[in-house]
Amino acid sequence: MSRATWIHASILGAFCLGFGIVLAVTDQQTNDDIKQRILEDKERSLSQVLPTAIHDNSPVTDTIILKDAKGEDVTVYRATKGGQVTGVAYTIVGTGYAGPIRLMLGVDAEGKILGVRVITHKETPGLGDKIQVDKGDWILRFNGLSFANTPLEKWKVKKDGGQFDQFSGATITPRGVVGAIREGLHFFDAQKSKMLEAG
Amino acid sequence: MATPYKTIIKDGLWENNGVIAMLLGMCPTMAVTTSATNGLGLGIATALVMAASSLLVALFRNTITQEVRIPVFILIIASMTTLVDLCMNAWMHEMYKVLGLFIPLIVSNCLPLARLEAFAAKEPVGRSFVDGLFMGIGFTLALVVIGAIRELIGNGTIFADAALLLGPAFHFMELRLLPADTGVLLAILPPGGFLVTGLVLVAKRMIDLAAGKEIRMAGAHSV
Repeated sequence: MSRATWIHASILGAFCLGFGIVLAVTDQQTNDDIKQRILEDKERSLSQVLPTAIHDNSPVTDTIILKDAKGEDVTVYRATKGGQVTGVAYTIVGTGYAGPIRLMLGVDAEGKILGVRVITHKETPGLGDKIQVDKGDWILRFNGLSFANTPLEKWKVKKDGGQFDQFSGATITPRGVVGAIREGLHFFDAQKSKMLEAG
Repeated sequence: MATPYKTIIKDGLWENNGVIAMLLGMCPTMAVTTSATNGLGLGIATALVMAASSLLVALFRNTITQEVRIPVFILIIASMTTLVDLCMNAWMHEMYKVLGLFIPLIVSNCLPLARLEAFAAKEPVGRSFVDGLFMGIGFTLALVVIGAIRELIGNGTIFADAALLLGPAFHFMELRLLPADTGVLLAILPPGGFLVTGLVLVAKRMIDLAAGKEIRMAGAHSV
């Protein structure tokens, strides 16, 4: 190789090394803070579906891993009071208009919904995003519902013969959310004994 | 001959604006401008990255050889973007939750690379920093204007959720100018991005014509 090639290669290599070190140091400096922030985010979203009144533990660290109907692992966060499991929360996924909608579902020991919140979605701004609690109160209508007080055939949007309103101009998004919650409750029924086991 | 600061600033904000004159960075422009707040957020992050990378490239401009300049420039932009991403995630987490998605897009924006090649690789450190910063601010302005128009037509609001990005003190920026549910959704969907950006380009040229300026094709190299 010619001398010039060596020079260019060493310049490029030196820059790569230099910026690599800078990034490694920054990553190390920010790593703990970022982990802490992610934990705080999770705690905040869990506290919306697992009211602080029903637990004296920290659900974000009290987790068990169970398999759902499709055989995939689901992390279940458990709220306990005096050693008794009072509620559980887990992520459910629905199919929206523009990709998956991830939600956090909180259920009490009787299978009644404590709350549902959207974690991430890619629905159309102004239409489908009304499922977010900061854009509309639609998602709050699920609070207190269960298979016991709402028959299974009613767990659909009105257009499909169920009892849940769709939004004007958006049916697919609410359909995806209602479907995901329905599946989530099935998951609770199937795994109830494991979820509520003490300790 | 070094370019005067006044020309650098005017070029960045209007004459040679990255979006509305050079038509660079169209990908993030179209993707992000569904609201004025989103545009502002990505704009600020881009301006930070551009100012930092212009400064660094100008600093090392005599060391970086012609043959390897492009990979080195991209390396610098990518490093700065990652730095901003990490620091924001750790210490400005509320803003990161709104902006986080867009920050990696900065690397795919050809505007920073164009400015490094056309300006920072040749000019002194101070001028390069100002060029990067004001090109970034010009980019921000264009994004905010396009975002505000799309948001107003599509949703009837301007700067909705600005408080999420900038903090509770900025609630006053959130305006609802048209009643809810009167919006033309098309403006927020991808076609609206093309339509509104096109109209903003026309408006820029009409203003220039009215001011008696000659309309010429601007490019990244016509500093």
